[in-house]
Amino acid sequence: MSELVVRDLHRSFGGVQAVGGVSFTLRSGDLLALIGPNGAGKSTCFNLLNGQLRPDSGSVRLDGTELVGLPPRRIWALGVGRTFQITATFASMTVVENVQMVLLSRARRLFGLWRPAAAQFREPALTLLGQVGMAAQADRPCGVLAYGDLKRVELAMALASEPAVLLMDEPTAGMAPAERLTLMALTAGLVRERNLAVLFTEHDMDVVFGHATRVLVLDRGRLIAEGSPDEIRADPRVQSVYLGGEA
Amino acid sequence: MSFLLVQALSGLATAATLFLVSSGLTIVFGVTRIVNFAHGSFYMVGAYAGWSLIERFGGTAAGFWGSVAAAAIAVGCLGAAMEIGLLRRLYRSPELFQLLGTFGVVLVVQDLAAWGWGSEDLLGRRAPGLKGSIDILGQSFPLYDLVLIGLGPLVLALLWALFNRTRWGTLVRAATQDREMASALGVDPARLFTGVLFLGGALAGLGGALQVPREAVTLQMDMAIVVEAFVVVVVGGMGSLTGAFLASLLIGQLQAFGILVFPQITLVLVFLFMAVVLVLRPHGLLGRAEEAPPTAPAAVTVPLAAGRNAGWWALALLAAMAALPLAVGDYALILLTETVILALFAASLHLLIGLGGLVSFGHAAWFGLGAYGAALLVRHLGAPMPLALAGAPLLAGAGALVAGWFCVRRSGLYFAMLTLAFAQIAWSVAFQWYAVTGGDNGILGVWPSPWAAGKAAYYWLTLALCGGALWLLRRAAFAPFGYALRAGRDSGLRAESVGIDVRRFQWMAFVLAGAAAGLAGGLYAFAKGSVFPTLLAVPLSVDALVMVLMGGIQTVAGPLAGAAAFHLLESEVMSLTDWWRLALGLVIVALVLLFPRGIVGFVAGLRGRA
Repeated sequence: MSELVVRDLHRSFGGVQAVGGVSFTLRSGDLLALIGPNGAGKSTCFNLLNGQLRPDSGSVRLDGTELVGLPPRRIWALGVGRTFQITATFASMTVVENVQMVLLSRARRLFGLWRPAAAQFREPALTLLGQVGMAAQADRPCGVLAYGDLKRVELAMALASEPAVLLMDEPTAGMAPAERLTLMALTAGLVRERNLAVLFTEHDMDVVFGHATRVLVLDRGRLIAEGSPDEIRADPRVQSVYLGGEA
Repeated sequence: MSFLLVQALSGLATAATLFLVSSGLTIVFGVTRIVNFAHGSFYMVGAYAGWSLIERFGGTAAGFWGSVAAAAIAVGCLGAAMEIGLLRRLYRSPELFQLLGTFGVVLVVQDLAAWGWGSEDLLGRRAPGLKGSIDILGQSFPLYDLVLIGLGPLVLALLWALFNRTRWGTLVRAATQDREMASALGVDPARLFTGVLFLGGALAGLGGALQVPREAVTLQMDMAIVVEAFVVVVVGGMGSLTGAFLASLLIGQLQAFGILVFPQITLVLVFLFMAVVLVLRPHGLLGRAEEAPPTAPAAVTVPLAAGRNAGWWALALLAAMAALPLAVGDYALILLTETVILALFAASLHLLIGLGGLVSFGHAAWFGLGAYGAALLVRHLGAPMPLALAGAPLLAGAGALVAGWFCVRRSGLYFAMLTLAFAQIAWSVAFQWYAVTGGDNGILGVWPSPWAAGKAAYYWLTLALCGGALWLLRRAAFAPFGYALRAGRDSGLRAESVGIDVRRFQWMAFVLAGAAAGLAGGLYAFAKGSVFPTLLAVPLSVDALVMVLMGGIQTVAGPLAGAAAFHLLESEVMSLTDWWRLALGLVIVALVLLFPRGIVGFVAGLRGRA
């Protein structure tokens, strides 16, 4: 059972407040959606959580450990995995090698100078790829994959570190509608199976309302609503700033 | 007191020349984003052309200054021609190609200058009317230097007016800030860039021609000045004119007073100054953070894979090579020994470039450090060969450990500049620290132990040591270490977010590559029986880059083939003609023109079409 407690995060860029006073709690079993119009501060929020950006003030605690001020790789080591909005994989390696890298890093075996990397952790990596439906393409170079497949590889890489908390920045961006629902169903299944805590951002409302257990609504850097999908759907403030604007 | 004043004044005179040359370099970089190695050649050609004109017309003041102006304009035309013929095709190339391409021009110009003006140092006549010196608080100071001191701020003011008060200058500044936008506004970038190269060339040529009355015109002045100009531009902030002025003043003073305190290591001071500035202020004194960082080498998307049965092929090759002494003569054996050594040298550089995406422009530093390490152990401690050979990679690795800490803090062009700076530090120590290194005369009498003195025996020893080291490098490339290096190159963001400390791996790779190059250097010292400062110099670093490039960056075996091809070609061409540099320069220019996107990009392009 893990708990990520976010309290009063602030971050400005040259006088413009991108995130102003965000607080929420993410627990194992949650599939928490962070939504909001473009420029609401979703990506900044993510970068603050995983250490890529440093907040001006506020705290992020994982089971009591303060994460603010730690570099991304330390936060990762404490059990916070991440997928990126624009997919970032190791393009010069095969699909399975990408996952093997994470497993090697997890096992602190990266400084090995002798045993070939390709032979280490191949089986567990293939198992993970099987879970996201990528086993058949395990030996293709990552550089030639379709966008949706890259997203799956990213998910497998994130899972490989056995995170307690998973941060997914637009996990289904650029995918076809049917593919999106499949990927989120897969993620929802993993949340239950592994008792993960997932925070994700998403533009597709079908995905959000179909799978999220709770929803956070961000507008101009502030949280304006939090609740179950049904509560959010019915919230007049949300409808005015967000759903009203787009529907 | 008066002595210090005169020293400060002579520092200002140095600064004026430095500023003339580096202002051109920084303007060209600001607009084209190319670091032009050939800028030093512009300076040298300016000096030679100025010398010839001044010899003919310099009897009168009008003739002298007219000659200086004519030399500057002639070099400006040379710059424009270089833009049209070469640079124009390189704007979208990986920075390695841009640096190499302009270095090819350096080699060509060197041989052409030697052909045109001979290799003797040329002493020019003094400026009419400015031959004497004046008395400053009891110390005499050359009148001509006073004129130079005034010229620095004058040129800065003129350039400022050009860039802020003319339409052309405004367009250049617009192109500096946003090239795409400038061309969207209907500015023809091609003509603008040609003009900028004319201006940059003319400034360097002016600097060169103005040196004629002060010092001898030599074939070495191109590299000497361009490396100093690099330092000025990097310290001042790449693309910043005022920064270049400020940095020229600082470095001029550093040299003037450094020579009083540490006469042996003035060059070291300059480069240390640059390294410290870069670590404290990563974009230089007045530089801005790049909106887009200098281009990374073209992304390599081809997975690095071990060929089938690669191990058996390697063993077969090794066995064949081990059998060669039975078949060939001494001359061939010497050539083979050198080839094997260079193969290790190239492979160590490939570790940085091919796996880490780190383009080092000073890899010869570690080769030379290994060679000098071995030679110094023999000369000063009377060490036997095995001990000296063991010391070579240790010393080079230790040097790389220190330099690497600085270098991996920056990437792209700045990494290349930092590695170049450290190589120049090492070179200047070897060159200037006469008592220990013998300076220009090198260290002679570094011969192998009696058991390895035969050509065949030493070849076998080299083959065994280099073969072993190559094998280790190859294992490392395919081990998790090599993968982690590639991960950092492919996507630093992703690597950090899965727990990979990218800098630490780059640092380790730097040390490993340095140690391997050091072993190669140590073996080279005993193969030649002597070491010279050229083993640490820029041309050898470039040779290594060409070997890696010729073999192809995407394969592990590439650098071996590249080293063999390069060394055999070098020996063949050198035995046929004295114009080796000319030939090599043309080969390099042809390489970057034929494969402007890199060989990998070329192959990918072919595949895309097929």
